[in-house]
Amino acid sequence: MNNDADAAPVPYMERTRNYYRALGYDKDYVWARFDEVPFAPLPKPLAELNVALIATAGPPDESSRDAHGRRRVWSCNVDAAPARFDTDLAWDKESTHTDDRETFLPIDAMRRLVSRGVVGGLARRFHRAPTDYSHAKTIDQDAPELLRRLREDKADAALLTAL
Amino acid sequence: MCHQTVSLVARHLEANGIPTVMIGSALDIVEHCGTPRFVFSDFPLGNPCGHPWNPDMQTRTVEIALRLLQSATAPRTTVRSPFAWKPDPGWRERYNRVRPEDRERLLALGDSRRAAQGLARRTSAPA
Repeated sequence: MNNDADAAPVPYMERTRNYYRALGYDKDYVWARFDEVPFAPLPKPLAELNVALIATAGPPDESSRDAHGRRRVWSCNVDAAPARFDTDLAWDKESTHTDDRETFLPIDAMRRLVSRGVVGGLARRFHRAPTDYSHAKTIDQDAPELLRRLREDKADAALLTAL
Repeated sequence: MCHQTVSLVARHLEANGIPTVMIGSALDIVEHCGTPRFVFSDFPLGNPCGHPWNPDMQTRTVEIALRLLQSATAPRTTVRSPFAWKPDPGWRERYNRVRPEDRERLLALGDSRRAAQGLARRTSAPA
């Protein structure tokens, strides 16, 4: 259990700002910030809910990139999930590893909870949300596409994980 | 950038009637953005759902997230995972640290990145 609960969380925005200044960038990245937060109540009890998984890791090949190498929304049947993923993203590569996909894409954990009756079901596909420094690309292109795919799969709710 | 991306996606899904819960380790980025429901795993970035090869911890973390889907009554609800990272007292200082001895190497790295991108100095764009 958590025996360092009093430790302050790592200040990632400050850490990133200082790192990029050290790289020689003279304008700081502007992180997304909103005063209003939308909130949707559950449409049915948890034990009847069909939940979709959304992660930020992608397939181990280049199949989900566009002609310019930019990552796109990618979906895969949960029964065909690869064991290894492209996790070439910003995470702490000195302190840990991403060899166990369940640490960021908990398909097996969801199945255990479905079998115990905690949650109704796991949606037939999981999805990769492409990371992009452009807020507008995520908000205007990728998020609507993910919404469309969740509706296609009749997902009632989503569990999202960030590397 | 992963945390900002999933925060923006969660906001869009919620605004369109699909409830969401996030699991992540960058509390400041998520709360700065503003999201409905968040499980904070106080771990190094990379393993938000639990230690590698620990299915019991992973299942319990996901269960906490699912329970939060049901129990939250308002947005910006954050729950802290009860699990701690491994015995490794230095992990909090490690990510993107800038020590005096790193400065020359980092500036050269930045210059090579900009040269590869054909850019002058510009707004930083974290991966």
